[in-house]
Amino acid sequence: MILALIAQRVALGILLLLAVSGLIFAGTQILPGDVAQSILGRSATPVALANLRAEMGLNDPADVRYFHWLFSILHGDLGTALTSKLDIATSIKERLWNTLFLAFWAAMISVPVAVTLGLIAVRYRNGPIDKAISGFALASTSVPEFFIGYLLVYFFAVKFQFLPGISMVYEGMPFLDKMKAIALPCMTLTLGILAHMMRMTRAAILNVMQSAYIETAELKGLAAFDIIRRHAFPNAIAPIINVIMLNLAYLVVGVVVIEVIFVYPGMGQYLVDHVAKRDVPVVQAVGLIFAAVYISLNVVADVASILANPRLRHPR
Amino acid sequence: MADVLLDIRNLRIEATTYPPGEKPMTITIVDGVSLTLEKGKVLGLIGESGAGKSTIGLSPMGYGRGGVRITGGEVILTGRDILKQGKNGIRKLRGHQACYVAQSAAAAFNPAQRLMDQVVESTLKHGLANRAEAQRRAVALFRKLSLPDPENIGKRYPHQVSGGQLQRVMTAMALCPEPDLIIFDEPTTALDVTTQIDVLAAIKQAIHATGVAALYITHDLAVVAQVADDIMVLRHGKMVEAGPAHQIIKEPKQAYTQALVAVHRLEHEEKQPTPKPILSVKNVTAAYGNGILKVLKNVSVEIHPGQTLAVVGESGSGKSTLARAITGLLPPQQGEITFEGRKLSNRLGGRTKEDLRQLQMIYQMADVAMNPRHTVGTIIGRPLTFYFGLKGAERDRRVKELLEEIEMGKGFIDRHPAELSGGQKQRVCIARALAAKPKLIICDEVTSALDPLVANGILKLLLNLQQIEHVAYLFITHDLATVKSIADSIAVMYRGEVVRYGAKSQVLTPPFDDYTDLLLWSVPEMELGWLEKAIAGRKMASAGN
Repeated sequence: MILALIAQRVALGILLLLAVSGLIFAGTQILPGDVAQSILGRSATPVALANLRAEMGLNDPADVRYFHWLFSILHGDLGTALTSKLDIATSIKERLWNTLFLAFWAAMISVPVAVTLGLIAVRYRNGPIDKAISGFALASTSVPEFFIGYLLVYFFAVKFQFLPGISMVYEGMPFLDKMKAIALPCMTLTLGILAHMMRMTRAAILNVMQSAYIETAELKGLAAFDIIRRHAFPNAIAPIINVIMLNLAYLVVGVVVIEVIFVYPGMGQYLVDHVAKRDVPVVQAVGLIFAAVYISLNVVADVASILANPRLRHPR
Repeated sequence: MADVLLDIRNLRIEATTYPPGEKPMTITIVDGVSLTLEKGKVLGLIGESGAGKSTIGLSPMGYGRGGVRITGGEVILTGRDILKQGKNGIRKLRGHQACYVAQSAAAAFNPAQRLMDQVVESTLKHGLANRAEAQRRAVALFRKLSLPDPENIGKRYPHQVSGGQLQRVMTAMALCPEPDLIIFDEPTTALDVTTQIDVLAAIKQAIHATGVAALYITHDLAVVAQVADDIMVLRHGKMVEAGPAHQIIKEPKQAYTQALVAVHRLEHEEKQPTPKPILSVKNVTAAYGNGILKVLKNVSVEIHPGQTLAVVGESGSGKSTLARAITGLLPPQQGEITFEGRKLSNRLGGRTKEDLRQLQMIYQMADVAMNPRHTVGTIIGRPLTFYFGLKGAERDRRVKELLEEIEMGKGFIDRHPAELSGGQKQRVCIARALAAKPKLIICDEVTSALDPLVANGILKLLLNLQQIEHVAYLFITHDLATVKSIADSIAVMYRGEVVRYGAKSQVLTPPFDDYTDLLLWSVPEMELGWLEKAIAGRKMASAGN
């Protein structure tokens, strides 16, 4: 039963991704302008334009082009960038890796910190410690990320000068140097998503704390932290995983602003550059990758919630 | 008195509530209650809801639900006043010297942990034994409580065992640290009668085998009579009467106790069936989930005008589903339902307003069956406007008439449900059903959530109204005592089938089928030693088969 449920979630995720690919393709088709025109420029002759259109298959009907595009993607061919004439897949590979590297370390710091802070907030709920944690977390979320980013740059890069304000990374860079380079964007991202996860952890556990089995645990004479750790947390895990996955998705997809601030060579900056240049194939490819990341993280969250449910894991 | 284990003197417990927009209110929940409990004895605390019995029961553990706190008196457990213990002192005593068995074991177990881990948890936390020793103790207790497969049941999760088994596992969990005192808080109230008797016997046996002392909290005098040495009757947070169990049962001194003892003695003369039934259900089969889960199998019953058909059975037997099929909420797959000779549409949408008016319902939870923001006048007036077009003064006049009829008085017309007691709420629901002038009212466990005396009042009212209005009842219940006092005919349901059906006298007279026999044996009687007799009788019956 549980395998069927998981298979269903995965199948739904794939279906959703297919639908999104259709939307992305349709969206870029609606955009004004013509690819051949933008490649050849305003001074192109009508004959040259017509030749290029025929060569690129632009005269085919939209559905034929869509399936052609989809077919290529499934074979790992994301197309060629119009502006630079470079293969998109190769350019994306390194940048995607960079983005994932940054997201990974931001998650490695923010998830444990958020969950631990949430647990502490529940333990001392409504007391000064809880209020201080919530206040700090909410304040850091309320301030826009770019502002936090510049604030951190001002203090750590300009005033004390021990962290770089620009996050340059390159292939073959030593690990520690790389970590130092991403320290500031990583901190900015952590501060940005901490509050959401911490508040959800707190709320999910507090919700469970109303249950009768928490009273049972209290009447067993367990210490407050034991009650939270052994009896409340395992039953609050599904909503916590959900909010963590949402935030991880945000780390990959929503870091455009951060990458621009710190001039970090990731996907976000790549996307922004090519949107400005109206490079449609790149925008399509990046959009599709973002959608894939978002959908797969949500599928992971769903599957984790199913696995976290003892009723589904151990049927009668 | 060297062997006094628990000594509560002049206990006073208060709670502070914070009604929105008003000043905080402090109410006294328990006032001036004293009791002593000797080692190895069982004291039954009995009373209706709000009597303060759970609050007193939790006081030896230094625990108060919500804003409840002990403000006076002494609670001395094994020579130490627990009110003078600090937080840590109380924590060391909980789950070590005093353990608790909750009403709903299904909710009181952590759904994400195996049973064994939960059973041995307090023993390990208080350092009373190592894991191997604690698990050995637990398995021995599982065996003592006659749980199936005692070696392996601990590996299961709470949702993998039945409610009655879970309640026994909870008892094992309380016994595992070998405490001096166990508090049983309505441990069998949520169970079916046929399950209750087994759990009750297991608990009683375990108490005797381990020599632990117990406070046994319940609202059911017949149940407490089976396990307690002494009984204390409580009402509104004060003691009414206390004494040895046989004295309380046989010679109660106070009027309130006498009423409690006499509660099941409501009698009702059986009426003869008429030639024309008002409602007949023929070969109805119904299922949930696109016909996959069959809940009703070929059910046929009849109800006669002005009479009561009681449908009795355990949870999951399909009694409420029968009500849903009759009202059209769950269209049957097969069979037909005729009302006064006319065939009723299976679907709710296919029925006329007149069909709907003739068939009204009253539910178990009066609380959630009423809109909390409406006044009593609006609640009862709504069907008057809907079916008869009554408005304004005319409607108010009729609402007041109905309020008189349910013995509440017209002053209640402007009240909200939150201002009513449980019994009053159920009365308003009855008035709402009556307002439509129906020929048949379906009563789904209408007295199950009420205290015995209040429930008795509701039953009396229903019988009176039947006389005056000549309305028929389909009375769904799991409580055989209620059936005896109200029914003209009875249908016993088991796993979706009617296993026994006929006039009351006929259904309750031997020879019985196996299930009805079991059901009748299982209803606790207000008689000392009933439990042993019932268990012995049942063993004999099963040996004879």
